[in-house]
Amino acid sequence: MIVRIMGEGQVRLADSHLDELNTLDDALLVELEKDDEAGFRRTLGALLEAVRRLGEPLPDDALEPSDLVLPAPDATISEVREMLREDGLIPG
Amino acid sequence: MSGVMKRMGMIFRAKANKALDRAEDPRETLDYSYQKQLELLQKVRRGVADVATSRKRLELQLNGLQQQSAKLEEQGRKALALGREDLAREALTRRSALQQQITDLETQHQTLQGEEEKLTLASQRLQAKVDAFRTKKETIKATYTAAQAQTKIGEAFSGISEEMGDVGLAIQRAEDKTAQMQARAGAIDELLASGALDDPSGMAKDDITAELERLSGGSDVELELQRMKAELAGGSGGQQAIEGGQGGQGGQAHQQRPQDQPRFDKR
Repeated sequence: MIVRIMGEGQVRLADSHLDELNTLDDALLVELEKDDEAGFRRTLGALLEAVRRLGEPLPDDALEPSDLVLPAPDATISEVREMLREDGLIPG
Repeated sequence: MSGVMKRMGMIFRAKANKALDRAEDPRETLDYSYQKQLELLQKVRRGVADVATSRKRLELQLNGLQQQSAKLEEQGRKALALGREDLAREALTRRSALQQQITDLETQHQTLQGEEEKLTLASQRLQAKVDAFRTKKETIKATYTAAQAQTKIGEAFSGISEEMGDVGLAIQRAEDKTAQMQARAGAIDELLASGALDDPSGMAKDDITAELERLSGGSDVELELQRMKAELAGGSGGQQAIEGGQGGQGGQAHQQRPQDQPRFDKR
């Protein structure tokens, strides 16, 4: 699957790594909901690091739709929350 | 997956531009637009494929009907040969119904063929547009990256120029100080030359000169005294006295020296 890190580009990840990433992703969501800035930052860093480590960067000219999208490394907890809250998740 | 990744993905797809605006990276917007164009192209290609499939199906149907029609014609001919006009009529009637179907299908086939040609052309045009966009996108991305780099270089330069400014300031200060010192030295020379300012070394010389003058002046006084004493005493004794006085003066000078010595030693 293709994962995009906003501001960085895309990486190709084997589906087998999804469980590891899911654990971090779930923790990230909990921290987001709890407004735990320090925890959010730590987990986001770990998640991005894992994606970079396990994934293979896609060249600029090989563009494919992203299956998953991750916030930019410097995104704050409030920015991500705003982004997710924006008019809910219903398109339009 | 129900975490941030999934939800971000949904946001990205649903409201890419808004989400991307936040990311403030136009390269992602371009990538996304390109993705969208590719998806559109894919749709058009799928449409072309669908139309082509329908056309093929019609062709197969047409073939079947034409074979049936030919068969009925053959059957009619055989029936006539056997003197069964009724059977021949039946066969030809069925064939006529088939012929109507065949004509309808042929019309449909032509329409589909026309559609297919149009779609193929549209697909080719879109492909060309997507290719052009891809090139443009890469150019824009490269330009953006270059602009970013340029900004960084600019920032670095402004940093350097600040440092250079500091260096320049230091040099300026040093130059000012040098000029000030030179000016001061020049002024001191002038003041010394004019006599407005005492040269410490000059003063010392003056001391020596004054002392020597004082000493020599003192000697003259002593000599004069001796001469006067000799004159008062009268005769050649005066001359001796003078000679003795000279010797005495030498003795006096010798006696004076311990007093004067520290003064020289001080210098």
